[in-house]
Amino acid sequence: MREIEAAKIADAVEQMCRKAAVELPVSVEAALKEAHAREQSPLGRSILEDILRNAEMARAKGLPICQDTGTAVLWVQLGQDARIVGGDVTEALNEGVRRGYQGAYLRKSIVEDPLRRKNTGDNTPAAIHWEIVPGEGLRLRLLPKGGGCENMSRMAVLRPGEGAEGVKKFVVDAVRAAGANPCPPVVLGVGIGGTADQVTWLAKKALFRDLGDRHPDPFYADLEQELLTLVNDTGIGPQGLGGTVTALAVKVETWPCHITALPVAVCFNCHAARAAEVVL
Amino acid sequence: MSADEYLRVEVPLSASVARELRAGSRVLLSGYLLTARDAAHKRLVEAADAGEPLPVDLEGQVIYYTGPTPAPPGAVIGSAGPTTAARMDPFAPRLLALGVRGMIGKGARSPEVIEAIKKHGAVYLAAVGGAGALLASHIVASEVVAYEDLGPEAVRRLQVADFPVIVAIDSEGNDLFRRGVEEWQGRASKG
Repeated sequence: MREIEAAKIADAVEQMCRKAAVELPVSVEAALKEAHAREQSPLGRSILEDILRNAEMARAKGLPICQDTGTAVLWVQLGQDARIVGGDVTEALNEGVRRGYQGAYLRKSIVEDPLRRKNTGDNTPAAIHWEIVPGEGLRLRLLPKGGGCENMSRMAVLRPGEGAEGVKKFVVDAVRAAGANPCPPVVLGVGIGGTADQVTWLAKKALFRDLGDRHPDPFYADLEQELLTLVNDTGIGPQGLGGTVTALAVKVETWPCHITALPVAVCFNCHAARAAEVVL
Repeated sequence: MSADEYLRVEVPLSASVARELRAGSRVLLSGYLLTARDAAHKRLVEAADAGEPLPVDLEGQVIYYTGPTPAPPGAVIGSAGPTTAARMDPFAPRLLALGVRGMIGKGARSPEVIEAIKKHGAVYLAAVGGAGALLASHIVASEVVAYEDLGPEAVRRLQVADFPVIVAIDSEGNDLFRRGVEEWQGRASKG
């Protein structure tokens, strides 16, 4: 059985927090350039130019791309043949967030209680999702999730008879209701199936996918493309000021579900679709 | 867009300049802004309601809805882009009545705010959300002027130079969020 030091996990998370806040992933920058070529509105194009210049400037100056450096959403895949030694693994993950947000001058946006609202001062705790997988590795993925986009999330349980058309309507309605708030052009994560709790995680999990990838199931690859066209036809455009690029990509994740239900959820990511990954 | 397609405007805003700005124009602001977001808005309105003197004079001021990241050593400010303006909607009409002439944020405003903008000859300016590093490069000085205990939500006076914004709602009530979406709806699939 392989042993992984808790201290190494904290170090990795600390590095990921800084990197994700400052360096926009290459695939996101490529999608923004492609959006700029595709955008028909002159104002929309000029906004995309500002967004691209901002990404360059953030990387060059080591400044956060956006001041909302988000909730640290961590997806941890731990190999069943690995063992964490030298400390509490959850504490190691949070220690990494604490050091990353403090050391890299990121904003601390977490309150310790949802109603009494006192800031924790170090952006902990992270939102941690665990998965036990075969093997002896540890894969850590971070999505710093800003409030503007996260707050537009939606979930519903449709009737099975509503089918794909019901899902499309739900997604487009969510995008229209969100309007300018999630900082379009957005990335949309769509969860379909599972239970009420699973479907919201599927929608979030979809946002961890690489922007340039293609769904392995052709049926869902087609649905992603169709949803992208429908969303771009809303006219919301960059920053909601009108245009033909409202989303950079739509990613769908699915799961088996009960015969009576068709759960669906939408999770938005802003154009500053920050992410980082480390395999230990 | 080249620099000559921008209007250059001094802030705080004079009443006449505020009325001349039209939805859709790109503007470069130079001068002084105040920052305030949720908690500071609540305190300002509570102070006004209680008849207490306000910690800052709001006449002609432009309020920037932002909560910057901490300034790294040697920098004036950290990343400083706009936050969602809709959260300030319940307070905005009251602040406009107290003399505020402009607001900078991201996203659409409520019908009540648009009415108040018309009534007071004010303007709502959109800054590009998520462009915090770019916008910070146009902030040349920053000082806390009220509610220091609110940390990133404290009221600051920012000195800005050529700070880029888009006129989103003008003093006649023209709303670029509505107009833009109507104009571009259905056009993506037609190439």
